[in-house]
Amino acid sequence: MPESRQWVPLTPIASAGRRLYNEDVHEMAITQSVIEAVAERSGGRPVTRVTLVIGTLSGVVADSVRFCFDLATSGTALEGATLEIVEVRGRARCRDCGDEVELPDFLALCTCGSADLEILAGEELTVASAEVAA
Amino acid sequence: MCATCGCSDSGVVVIDGEAATHEHLHDHPHPHDHPHDHTTHDHDHDHGEVVTLEQQVLARNDLGAARNRGWFEGRGILALNLMSSPGAGKTTLLVRTITDLLTDEDGRGVAVVEGDQETAFDAERVRATGADVVQVNTGSGCHLDAEMLARALQVLDPAVGSLVMIENVGNLVCPALFDLGEAARVVIMSVTEGDDKPLKYPHMFRRADLLVLNKLDLLPHVEFDVDRCTADARRLNPDLEVVAVSATRGDGLDDWYDWLDVRGGRRRPQPVPG
Repeated sequence: MPESRQWVPLTPIASAGRRLYNEDVHEMAITQSVIEAVAERSGGRPVTRVTLVIGTLSGVVADSVRFCFDLATSGTALEGATLEIVEVRGRARCRDCGDEVELPDFLALCTCGSADLEILAGEELTVASAEVAA
Repeated sequence: MCATCGCSDSGVVVIDGEAATHEHLHDHPHPHDHPHDHTTHDHDHDHGEVVTLEQQVLARNDLGAARNRGWFEGRGILALNLMSSPGAGKTTLLVRTITDLLTDEDGRGVAVVEGDQETAFDAERVRATGADVVQVNTGSGCHLDAEMLARALQVLDPAVGSLVMIENVGNLVCPALFDLGEAARVVIMSVTEGDDKPLKYPHMFRRADLLVLNKLDLLPHVEFDVDRCTADARRLNPDLEVVAVSATRGDGLDDWYDWLDVRGGRRRPQPVPG
């Protein structure tokens, strides 16, 4: 074994204190990211409404974000804010027949039977806007 | 009626912050239609204001991942993000791989970032091979993110030209969404988990570069259809490469090492002649 390979002591790099809240599901981390993004732009003023756009193919469950939102905003400028989620349904264009079809999941086929689909919508995960109190 | 800002409801001013202050740190598609042109609004109310962000929720993580990616590239390091459910054999494959690499005199140096919610059990196992290792305990966190990795790399300080293996938290869901800045994503799945995993966890398999089917030695004892699993995974991700191995017994490891070789992951980079 080469001598230069040393043991680096165990370091609790990302444990206590890094996050304000637990991240039991990734929706909590997502919600945290939303709060950070909004707080950066609101300048510390109370935020009364946040609008998110979440696609049904994004891997993020809107209901879970709603569940996390009240918990995660507690004690922040976003506390008490209304959360509005615009859900975008999956949509794709068939590369074979050219039709546009709904895409409820990644395995759905075009009505012509083709699996060669270009996803047009449904993967969105964006913070659209925030309403800030005057 | 303005769908984005609701200005006709409550009297708000639209500030299109994107043009003025939003830094475009990365390109992102705008697949949805904007319902109107924000800049044309000029309401004079003082009840509150709507700040338009139109920002990717994961923008911050993606930025951190881009930094990590540049950091790796600048050092000629190949970084792999290893993901699986708990117990699929990530650490066993890792230990076996490191042991084989370190006994190869042309092999790259290997350094490891271990992600788990608690304990340093995995780091201890990797340490026993002689490789440098840092354990990240995420507490209740269910995945590694780019910032955690950046902090781990500060401590790990992997050598130029080495191979960095990042063992993510055992979870087939959340790690799929968080880019770490790796060169490739490897999903490890054991035959004892059931061949329906790709369809149940499509995001993970869609975003992977390689699927390693592990515990091949147990195949005679379980109902697992390798062809079905592979076909399902490729329905989600036609470019997915697949190797089947037994990390304990050694079957198929050559295929895994060949994949690493193609990525330049096994051998030390050779000096350019002349």
